Amino acid sequence: MPINYYIFLSIALFCIGVAGVLTRRNAIIIFMCIELMLNAVNLLLVAFSKMHHAAMAATNPNAGIDGQIFVFFIMVVAAAEVSVGLAIIAMMYRNTHSVDVNFLNRLKH
Amino acid sequence: MSTTHFLFWFLSVLAIFSAIMVVVSKNPVHSVLWLIIVFVTISGHYILMNAQFLFIVNLIVYAGAIMVLFLYVIMLMDLNADSEPQKNKWLKIAGVIGGGALLLVLVAALKDADMKNQLAQTGTGDIGLIHNLGMSLFNDYVVPFEISSVLFLSAMVGAVVIGKK
Amino acid sequence: MSKIVYLVPLFPLIGFLLNGLLRRSLSKSLTGIIGCGVLLVSFIISVVIFMDVRKEGFEPVIVNLFDFIHTGKLNIPFAFQIDQLSVLFMLIITGVGFLIHVYSTSYMHEESSQHFARYFSYLNLFVFSMLLLVMGANFVIMFIGWEGVGLCSYLLIGYWFKNLDYGNAAKKAFVMNRIGDLGFLIGIFWIISQFGSVNFLEVFAQSPNAPTSALTGITLLLFVGATGKSAQIPLYTWLPDAMAGPTPVSALIHAATMVTAGIYMIARSNIMYTLSPVTQTVVAVIGLATAILAATIAIKQNDIKKVLAYSTVSQLGYMFLGLGVGAYTGAVFHVMTHAFFKALLFLGAGSVIHAMHGEQDIRKMGGLKKHLPTTHLTFLLACFAIAGIPPFSGFFSKDEILSAAYAKSPAYYIIGVAGAMMTAFYMFRLYATTFLGSFRGTEEQKHHLHESPPAITIPLIILAILSVVGGLVGIPHVIMPNAHRLEEYLSPVFAASTSAHTPPEIAAGTEWMLMAASAGLALIMVIFAWNKFSKKPELGEPQGFGAVLANKWYVDELYDAIIVRPVNVVAKFFNTVVEKSIIDWIVNGVGKLIQYGSRQIRLLQSGQVGGYVLLMVISLVVLFVVQLFLRK
Repeated sequence: MPINYYIFLSIALFCIGVAGVLTRRNAIIIFMCIELMLNAVNLLLVAFSKMHHAAMAATNPNAGIDGQIFVFFIMVVAAAEVSVGLAIIAMMYRNTHSVDVNFLNRLKH
Repeated sequence: MSTTHFLFWFLSVLAIFSAIMVVVSKNPVHSVLWLIIVFVTISGHYILMNAQFLFIVNLIVYAGAIMVLFLYVIMLMDLNADSEPQKNKWLKIAGVIGGGALLLVLVAALKDADMKNQLAQTGTGDIGLIHNLGMSLFNDYVVPFEISSVLFLSAMVGAVVIGKK
Repeated sequence: MSKIVYLVPLFPLIGFLLNGLLRRSLSKSLTGIIGCGVLLVSFIISVVIFMDVRKEGFEPVIVNLFDFIHTGKLNIPFAFQIDQLSVLFMLIITGVGFLIHVYSTSYMHEESSQHFARYFSYLNLFVFSMLLLVMGANFVIMFIGWEGVGLCSYLLIGYWFKNLDYGNAAKKAFVMNRIGDLGFLIGIFWIISQFGSVNFLEVFAQSPNAPTSALTGITLLLFVGATGKSAQIPLYTWLPDAMAGPTPVSALIHAATMVTAGIYMIARSNIMYTLSPVTQTVVAVIGLATAILAATIAIKQNDIKKVLAYSTVSQLGYMFLGLGVGAYTGAVFHVMTHAFFKALLFLGAGSVIHAMHGEQDIRKMGGLKKHLPTTHLTFLLACFAIAGIPPFSGFFSKDEILSAAYAKSPAYYIIGVAGAMMTAFYMFRLYATTFLGSFRGTEEQKHHLHESPPAITIPLIILAILSVVGGLVGIPHVIMPNAHRLEEYLSPVFAASTSAHTPPEIAAGTEWMLMAASAGLALIMVIFAWNKFSKKPELGEPQGFGAVLANKWYVDELYDAIIVRPVNVVAKFFNTVVEKSIIDWIVNGVGKLIQYGSRQIRLLQSGQVGGYVLLMVISLVVLFVVQLFLRK
C-alpha cells in the first residue's frame, strides 16, 4: 500500500478534527474532536513504522518498532488527559450549569 | 483488486464519513457513537498492517474506556440536542475554512513527496506482534514506561482533586 | 603695559556682578561707591595706558586672552588691540562714564535700594560691553560688545519697567538695533569668506588686494549695522523714543558712547572704506540727509529731551558725513567734543527736570536762570559749543568736517552749513525758552525750584570746562601750523587711508573763508533765536508745516503701515494656519492614531477560546504556506 494513501487519510481525519474544534461550542464535542486528531496521528505513525520496517528489515529485524511504541505512549497520555479534562468539564458544569466554551471568558474577570 | 486494497478503501471511506458525522451531529450521544465507529475503523487499519497489539489496545482503551467515560459525563449532564448552544454562523464558516485551508496546505505540501514507491507493509511484519513489542518496550523504553505510570498516578490524583466538591 | 590692559574692562564687569547679585543687600551709598569706584579705577588705568600710547611711533599692541573660536582655518582669539584710536575711546567712555555715574547717584536717589543697585549694575555692564567693543582686536569681539551695548540699552531704556510705553520704547530700540546687526553679521561672514580671518591687522593689511566689489559689499553691510546702532536713516526712530529712560542713561548711552559705536567701527575700518568710494558716497549722503532731517524735526519739539535726542541724531549725521568724505580724524574729533557737550546738555536737562519735579515740557518752563545758576551757565556753554561758535570745542570739530566736505563737493558744504544754522537755531530756542523770560509753571513748582546738589553740579562743571577747551587739541593748520595734536596722535591709525587717497588740499584763503562763513552764520542764528524766544516763546501747539515737523515727518506712522502691520499679518497667519491647523493637527493626530489603533487591537483579547484556537489554526496555515511554498 503506497504510503501516500495513509498520509492523505491521516491528514483528512486530522483536518476534520480541526474543523470540529473550531466549529463546535460544546466542550465535550471539542474534546472528542481532539481525540479524533490524536487517532489520526497514531494511524500515520503506525503506517510509517511499517514503511521503515519494509525498507530496513534486512539489516535490522526490529527497525520501525519505535513508531508503534510511540503510539502506545500517545494512548497513555490521551487516557490521562481525558480523565483530567472531563473532571474539569464536570467542574465547569457544576459552576455554570452549561458546557459552552464561550462562557469561559468569565475567566477574564 | 486484492482483499487488502478493498478493505483499505472500505475502512478509509467509513472512517472519513464517520468523522464528519462526529463533527456534524447535533446530539452529543450520536457524536460519541460515530466516534466509536471511527475508532473501530482505525483499529481495522491496524490489523491490516499487522499491528496486533495496538489493535487490541486501541479497542480496549479508546473505544472501550475513553468513550465510556465520555458517555458517562454526557449522561451526567443530561445534554441533548436542543441544549447545544449554537455558534455564530460566520465563525462556523470561518472554522470550516480554517480547517479546509490546513487540509489544502498539507496536501499540497506532501503531494509531490517522492514516496509513492514506499510501501507500508500490510499483512505481514513481525514488529506488530506482542512479543516483539514487549521486548522492545521493556528493554529500550523502560524509563518512559515507568514515568508513564507516574503520569497516570498524577492524573488520577488530579481528577479526584478537581472533582471534589 | 599689556599686563594691565585686561583690568580696564574687568572692573566694570566686577561692578556689574557685585551690584547685580547683591542688590538686595547693599545700601545705596555702597552701591554708588562700587558703581562709580570701578569706573574711576578703569579711567585711571586708561590714563596710564594713554601715557604709553601717545609716545611717538607706538605700534598697536595685541593682548591675547584666550582662544575663543578655533575651527579649521579660522582662528578667532579673544584679544584686545591697544592703539591710539582704542585708547582715545577708552578715555572718553570711562571718563565721561565716571562723571555720569557720579551724577546718577544723586539723580536716581529716589529709587529703592534694590532698583538703585539694578540701575548701577546695568550701567556697569554697559560700560563693560562698550569697552569690549572699542578694545576688541577683531570684528567678532567688537560684535560681542556691539550686542552687549544693545542689550544694556534695552535694559536701561525700559528701566522703569512698570510703564508699558517705556517697555515698548525699549523693545523698539532693541529690534531696530537687531535689524542693523543683521547687516553687520553678514558683513562679518563676508569678511571671513574673503579674507579668512577677522583680526583687524590681518584684514586691513590684505584689504588693498581685495576686489573692489567685495570691499564695497562688506563696507555697505557694516554701514547698515552702523545705521542701526548710530541712529541714521532709516533706523533712527528708536532714539527719540529712547528718551523714556532715565536722563543719565540718555546722556551716557545715547549721547556719548553707544551711538558712537558706529563711528568707531567705520573709523577702525577706514582703509576698507577709503578703497570703496561708492560706499563713502552712500555714507556721506545718508549722514547729511539724517543731519538735515533731524534738525528740521528738532526745531518744533517741545520736550526738552526730545530736542536733545534729535540733536544727537543730527550731530551723528555730521560725523558720518565726515567719515564719508574721508575726514576720519575730524569725525573722531567730533565724537570727542560731542561726548562732552552732549553729555553736558543731557545732564543739564536732567538737572532742570529734577528741579521741575519731572516736568519736561519747555513751554511750562522759563526764567530758570535765577533759580538754577550753575545749571544755566553750563548749559549755555554747551549750547555755544554745539552751535559751533569759536573758540568752543564744537567749532573746531564741526569745521574740520565741513571743510573736508567742501573739498569733496561744495554742495555738501552748503547743505552742511544749513544744518549747522538750524542746529544753532533750535539749540538757542531751547535755551531761551527754558532759562530766559519769566517762569510759566505753577506756583507749586516755583516753590520747589532749587539748584541741584553737588553730585550733580560738579560733573556739569567738569564737562563744561572740557566743552570749552576740548577743541584746542585740534587746531587746524591754517590757524596755527603743527598744532593739530589730535591729528598727529591718530595719524598711525589712518596712515593707510591717507596714503591710499590723499585728501585734496584747500587753499588757506578758502579755508579761512569757510570758517568765517560757518561761524558767522551760526552766530547770526544764535542772536536771532535768543532774541526771538526770550521775548516771545512758542507756547501754543505747532500749526501747518510746523505740525508736520513736530510729528517727525510722520516717519513712525509710515514704518508702522509698511512694515509693522504686514509682519503682524504674516505672524498671525503662521499662528492660526501653520501652527494651529497643520502642526498641531499632526501632533495630535499621532496621539489619536495610537489611541485608535490600541482600541482596535484590544478587541483581540476577547476571552473567547474559540477565537484563540481559530487564530492558532490560521497562523499555522500561514506558517506552513510561508515555509513550504514561499521559500524555495
